[in-house]
Amino acid sequence: MKGLRQTEVLVIGGGPAGLSASLEAASLGCQVTLVDSDLALGGQLIKQTHKFFGSKDERAGTRGFKISEILLEELDGYKDRVKVHMNCTATGFYREDGVVSCVIGEDEYFRIKPGKIVMATGAQERLLPFPNNHLPGVYGAGAVQTLMNVYGVAPGKRVLMVGAGNIGLIVSYQLMQAGVEIAGIVEAMDRVGGYWVHAAKVRRMGVPIYLRHTIKEALGDRVIAGAMIQEIDDKFQPVGKEIQVDADIICMAVGLTPTCELLWQAGCEMVFVPQLCGHVAQRDLFMRTSHPDIWVAGDAAGIEEASAAMVEGRIAGVGVARSLGKGDSSEHSKRLEEYRRRLADLRGGEVGQKICQGLECCTVNEWGV
Amino acid sequence: MIMDLIEKHPILEFKHGKKVKFTFDGNEMEGYEGEPIAAALHANGVRIYRVTPVKEQTRGFFCAIGKCSSCFMVVDGVPNVRTCVTPLKTGMRVETQRGKGVIAMDAE
Repeated sequence: MKGLRQTEVLVIGGGPAGLSASLEAASLGCQVTLVDSDLALGGQLIKQTHKFFGSKDERAGTRGFKISEILLEELDGYKDRVKVHMNCTATGFYREDGVVSCVIGEDEYFRIKPGKIVMATGAQERLLPFPNNHLPGVYGAGAVQTLMNVYGVAPGKRVLMVGAGNIGLIVSYQLMQAGVEIAGIVEAMDRVGGYWVHAAKVRRMGVPIYLRHTIKEALGDRVIAGAMIQEIDDKFQPVGKEIQVDADIICMAVGLTPTCELLWQAGCEMVFVPQLCGHVAQRDLFMRTSHPDIWVAGDAAGIEEASAAMVEGRIAGVGVARSLGKGDSSEHSKRLEEYRRRLADLRGGEVGQKICQGLECCTVNEWGV
Repeated sequence: MIMDLIEKHPILEFKHGKKVKFTFDGNEMEGYEGEPIAAALHANGVRIYRVTPVKEQTRGFFCAIGKCSSCFMVVDGVPNVRTCVTPLKTGMRVETQRGKGVIAMDAE
């Protein structure tokens, strides 16, 4: 293990939130180290082929992977201030000395002592318990998108999608664009969870959406060959006859949960907020957690859309710079006011109400510092 | 075996890097340098990446973000390599991992 490295700001995660936080902190004069566990920056953005909703400020109407390109271009302007480590996983936070351990690839470890940290670690997918869910061919929706939209590899020939939220609907449509057949979409609720426009697109293509249905078991010996699905009642108990669906892929789009291991390790005050899909760190209006040197942004702070993640990243970036005394305070105030307005706009709709309810459970005005 | 890749796409244009050769359980395959080993295997029709130690169940690609351990394989003799986030290099020896894997100890 090499010696201890130093950085003013360590940003963990190079998705929409982490990129935005890095850019914002760098633009105010901070030296930033950005680590990302993937082989490319941009997080989930690089696989989003659909046009974003939200507001003009957050590039509504632009496809996700284009937004990623725009952010990376902006990052190019801060080469002297932002040091990027790819394929680099932050593996631990050590409370006694504030050191973060990282590993590049599988075995190149290093330790780094940051002044401030922005945790923009994103989310991980949920899985449902059902027999044979371990068989190769049961893939997360994010993984399916990575295969087909980043690397141009069709995940299979015929896919059963589980979950009719936005991700399930969008990925079904993307699979069809890649020439893959959709056997159907299974949804436990009695209505489609995602936006109507996405549901309409797949219905127009003739894809059946099985509402009030669940996957009973996956079929196959060594790899997936299909699934049994069944209708469920109001108490989610199976009723009616089982339907056998032939498929070589079962794609799980049943939601995400914040990735928060490092926040737990750091001893941040955590709270379970169903509206934000899991345990999240308590934060103030600058996105600072209860740990004075740790900020949080994006899905790691609660599951929401990439548009909001980008603004939260910007806010965390200003917050970090402000606490380091970088940039002048009128500039901080101006930017914060602008970003908070943008967040409020993004959360103005019906979906935003749920988010706002969740945020009320985990937000303080400002920690007594 | 010829790689099964998406050729026509209404939105995306795939820019692959250099094509390189590697082996999977001794069979020669082609993939693109710098792309994840798991993606290259998938394009070559490989679905089973490891077999679990106790129940001997098959595991394959799953999360694609280096978190779930489903795609652990033996790469150039090293077990438990996260093939979904490990870039492919020319001449790599990729093998199905059976059980926990054995870490080769240097004879000192």
